[in-house]
Amino acid sequence: MLSIKVLGSGCANCHKVEELAKQAVAQLGIEAQVELVTDMQTIMRYGVMGTPGIVINEKVVSTGRVPALSQITTMITTALA
Amino acid sequence: MNQPARVFARLLLAAIAWYIAYTILQPLTEFLAFDVLRLERGSHLGESIAFFLYDVPKILLLLSAMIFLITLLRTFFSAERTRRLLGGKRQGIGNVLAAMLGIVTPFCSCSAVPLFIGFVESGIPLGVTFSFLIAAPVINEVAIVLLFGLFGWQIAMLYVASGLTIAIIAGVVIGQLRLERYVEDFVWQMQVGAAHDDSLALSWEERVARGWDAVRDIVKKVWLYVVIGIAVGAGIHGYVPTDALAEVMGKSAWWSVPVAVLIGVPLYSNAAGVIPIVSALIEKGASLGTALAFMMAVIGLSLPETIILRRVLKPQLIAVFIGVVALAIILTGYLFNTIL
Repeated sequence: MLSIKVLGSGCANCHKVEELAKQAVAQLGIEAQVELVTDMQTIMRYGVMGTPGIVINEKVVSTGRVPALSQITTMITTALA
Repeated sequence: MNQPARVFARLLLAAIAWYIAYTILQPLTEFLAFDVLRLERGSHLGESIAFFLYDVPKILLLLSAMIFLITLLRTFFSAERTRRLLGGKRQGIGNVLAAMLGIVTPFCSCSAVPLFIGFVESGIPLGVTFSFLIAAPVINEVAIVLLFGLFGWQIAMLYVASGLTIAIIAGVVIGQLRLERYVEDFVWQMQVGAAHDDSLALSWEERVARGWDAVRDIVKKVWLYVVIGIAVGAGIHGYVPTDALAEVMGKSAWWSVPVAVLIGVPLYSNAAGVIPIVSALIEKGASLGTALAFMMAVIGLSLPETIILRRVLKPQLIAVFIGVVALAIILTGYLFNTIL
């Protein structure tokens, strides 16, 4: 199963990205676990300094911005390919 | 046509449309105010409404262009890239570079904690890290546009120069004080992974798209402040006597700069909301240094960012941070009152 982690300290933008990620998963109709990670040590271990960040299957794919829904969909399909 | 060529062609068209809109704005608003609405030229009401009709679209046009360009520039930078550029730089040169990178690196105060940890963990000196953390919020692109639109480019440049000066001086002072022990202990134990950075790999199409997104987001967020601010400014224009504030906020009142900063620090507002106040202050006799100091205290030292930074800094260092930045703002205020 695909694992999607949204990294953030709990700010408004981070919740927005979490929401978008869930929408993208629903749109693609795939099995995926979307999780919001707020633990700072975990965030730093991914080397992310700009939140919100997106990690798909343990790979950092976006940092420091709120991508559009279509971009998140592309990130997921790229990870699945 | 291939992709980049199409992106550039569309950009060129947008630039031409922008230029035409900006050029015809003044004759158009005068026609609207004096011919369509039949307001009297030179009358107080007529001039106020003409001023409002002209200034609101002018500021919004300038704002859109500026946000687009700065966002485009910022797609070439990222917190990760800035950290790499600052790596191995010593005090002094590092502070100058950090303050300048603070302008072009995309930064939101909600990322202040991971950014702080990432910087100090990779060996960037504490003072250099602070120069970045101070410059990033103090030098604000919305403020630059409003100052440029309402006061001219000299004041806008002066604001950027003073923001850089404050960030550099405060960073150097914090570095000299050797306060590393007042960083929360867990920060030094963090393990930081290899950074992800796509700032150099993006396509032009993607960069331009991010520029448009930013224009839409920010204009949506601040347009109401701009409209209200300019309306208030247009109103104050005639109803408050000129020089009403000269006694209390003019150059002769030495205490006005620290008082303006003390009032400004606990206030928190965005740049769009505070500049109309500043313009009213200046119009009514406040000196420029005092008004700029007030503005930078409001937008530079924000309570939310301080609360966020408390997670990585002990209270002593928070106190030093606020104190040093406030002092630097006060000194810059005096400097401008002296030289202008």
